[in-house]
Amino acid sequence: MSTRMTQAKADDFGSTVYHPVEGSGAVSIEVKDFNLWYGESQALWGNTLNIYKGLCTALIGPSGCGKSTLLRSMNRMNDLVDGVKTTGQMLLDGEPIFGKQVDVIALRKRMGMVFQKPNPFPMSIFENVIYPLRVDGVTNGKLLRETAEAALKGAALWEEVKDRIDQSALGLSGGQQQRLCIARAIAGNPEVLLMDEPCSALDPIATSKIEELIDELKGKYTIVIVTHNMQQAARVSDNTAFMYLGRLIEYGDTKAMFEKPKVKRTEDYLTGRFG
Amino acid sequence: MTEATTHAAATPTPLPAVRRRIGSDLSARGEPYVWMMGAALVAGLGMIIGLLGYVFYVGAVTFWPQQLATVTTLDGRMIAGEVFRSEDYRVPDAVLESLPAETRAKIAGNLGIARRTMYRVGNYDLFGEDFVWVSDFEKKSVTFDREMFFVERLEWGAFIGKVKGIDLDGKTVSRPDLKSLTAAVRAGEVRRRAIEVIETGEINDINHALEELRLDIRRAEIDYGASSAEVRAEKLRVEKESNALRAQFAVFEKKVTALRSTDERFTITLEAIDGRTKTLSLSRIVRLYPANAMTADQKWSVYFGRWIEFLTAAPREANTEGGILPALVGTLTMMVLLSLAVAPFGIVTALYLREYAKQGPLVSFIRICVNNLAGVPSIVYGVFGLGFFCYVLGGSIDQIFYPERLPAPTYGTGGILWASLTLALLTVPVVIVSTEEALAAVPRSMREGSLACGGSKWQTIWRIVLPSAAPGVMTGLILAMARGAGEVAPLMIVGVVKLAPELPIDFTAPFVHFDRSFMHLGFHIYDVGFQSRNSEAGRPMVFVTTLLLIGLVVSLNAFAIIVRERLKRAYQVGSF
Repeated sequence: MSTRMTQAKADDFGSTVYHPVEGSGAVSIEVKDFNLWYGESQALWGNTLNIYKGLCTALIGPSGCGKSTLLRSMNRMNDLVDGVKTTGQMLLDGEPIFGKQVDVIALRKRMGMVFQKPNPFPMSIFENVIYPLRVDGVTNGKLLRETAEAALKGAALWEEVKDRIDQSALGLSGGQQQRLCIARAIAGNPEVLLMDEPCSALDPIATSKIEELIDELKGKYTIVIVTHNMQQAARVSDNTAFMYLGRLIEYGDTKAMFEKPKVKRTEDYLTGRFG
Repeated sequence: MTEATTHAAATPTPLPAVRRRIGSDLSARGEPYVWMMGAALVAGLGMIIGLLGYVFYVGAVTFWPQQLATVTTLDGRMIAGEVFRSEDYRVPDAVLESLPAETRAKIAGNLGIARRTMYRVGNYDLFGEDFVWVSDFEKKSVTFDREMFFVERLEWGAFIGKVKGIDLDGKTVSRPDLKSLTAAVRAGEVRRRAIEVIETGEINDINHALEELRLDIRRAEIDYGASSAEVRAEKLRVEKESNALRAQFAVFEKKVTALRSTDERFTITLEAIDGRTKTLSLSRIVRLYPANAMTADQKWSVYFGRWIEFLTAAPREANTEGGILPALVGTLTMMVLLSLAVAPFGIVTALYLREYAKQGPLVSFIRICVNNLAGVPSIVYGVFGLGFFCYVLGGSIDQIFYPERLPAPTYGTGGILWASLTLALLTVPVVIVSTEEALAAVPRSMREGSLACGGSKWQTIWRIVLPSAAPGVMTGLILAMARGAGEVAPLMIVGVVKLAPELPIDFTAPFVHFDRSFMHLGFHIYDVGFQSRNSEAGRPMVFVTTLLLIGLVVSLNAFAIIVRERLKRAYQVGSF
């Protein structure tokens, strides 16, 4: 039903209005005419955009607009869902993400992911952080300790947990757990950090800590963040992509877009007229 | 539905004004249903507690030394024994007619019902019966003679009577005091143990060695042909070695004979209530005590002594006396083997079904089949175990590895390995179902977290999913073990026997003997309760054995629950 309805409306979306800042100009992830179906219903319609290296890109839009789907396609987490079909292509540094010959595990090792709800593993803080190294079979204790410390420092958690690094990660607060998940994501030394509404389950103080952290991390990593919170998008991102019903409506410089959206629908959403 | 659509299309009509009832009646509030549920729970709990309480009570008091009553009947008979139980019964007319008028009137006034008591009189070798009923109206007097002894013997069960005298290698003591009597019995036990050590130790080892030598010849015959040179050489060697062994055997036999003849010079003479006497070797006595002249301490020591004997000795007298150590060891060994077999098999199957198999009609069908397997009568598994494990698998093993022993089967008959595997088969559905549920309950976010870190599917399962599911898996194992411990029917045809000569675990290599048949507590209960010479005599043993079996299951479950709680604490999935 939804397929037919969106099809009917498809005409009045027009093509994507495109005015991003390019940073150094290097493209990290290139999305080319990407379509995705969950079984029979199409969730993404011809998305095309470049995620620029070292920048933070926010994906915003009302619930069900496909922003999480787009994010989860980038490290192929959608493979876990039965009946997912895609057409078009995504490239990570010019190498295809989709395709039979792609080594998904190697691909995921190049990207860290942070989820909506903190999902620390039921192990010690230390084991959580070094999990990406564990799956790589690293056994060098010195290397593991150094990585754990660096990652925890990178996630601004080291000072809080350095004395209880061998205790269970489940004893941490929600905000600390989420920063632990960020530490875990960066411990594998990825190129890209994918964040799927990382603050939606956190209180304002924890949220502001994570936002500061994102500010520090960008530059070092290419960050793609999905958020429901438009202020957050405005605060942390360089580029913002506004999506609606699976289409990319507007993709551009965050500052310009929040000051003066070029598309009526974006303006309506940003000013809270719908969504 | 259609009405609703038309309403929606037309102008909305206002809701009709309904006066709502104030308050609610009982059925609306639901209290009667709550009471009903509570009552059902109480009924269930009552049955469980009643059963356990009864078993516990009867089991716990069985070993307590009872008083020995001496009953003199009106017609001058004397009966001595423990009060076993009492009941009301309708006096048969034939008996009534033989009674004096006064007693008859009394019974008639009681609607023909009289009370009678069962006495355990022992002395089966003299009297030919263990129990005697005495009606209350027959009794002239009941006394408790302080000189009456309760004597537990190795053969013929208990003797109840007086100690007339002991003969210690020519030194006779008439009416000995308790102290010298106890000392004499102890000394007798030491002599008995000395004989037993030689018989079950050295002589047994020699017999095993001789059997091995015989098998060596068979093996050579099979390998080289019956009339080859190798067989002749082997025969020569075996001849030489068995001669040496036989010489050793003769030495030990002589030793045993000497010990026996010494032992026979230490005797005790017992006198039954009817004046008949019985003289037997002191070493044939397990325990004796003057039941009516004991302090509380002495009673406790008899009580605990009997428990220790029960737990550490082999059964005697067709299992109705002695201990149950072989059954206890057999049951424990079987349950350990069962867990070792069922855990990996069930967990691996559930892993494949839940994590790897493509969910579809086929997997659903397999799942239904697995669930249905849990409902197949256990005896069917027993028959399958006998046919497949014992005859097919065991028969092949015998032909390949033990051809020299044929036609006597080694693995080709019931044994502890086949019994454990049969029970594993019986309980594997429980493990599969609960493991599957536990795997399904592991949050998706955990798997995603691991996969996003670059973990492969197997790494995710091994490092994240399985540890998180471990408590649920343990629950399945607990259920499987409890079910396995309670099964008797399939075991009867795949290796459980009434009396096993050797334990499945002992100190001779290879220590665990998978091929041996074994004893089992559940079968022991059945055997003692229904298959023995005198089921009345076995009844206390039934309850004590039941108590022990329940205790065993409870402690195994408790152990598993402790393990599960530890896992739970370690792998609790956090939320905030």
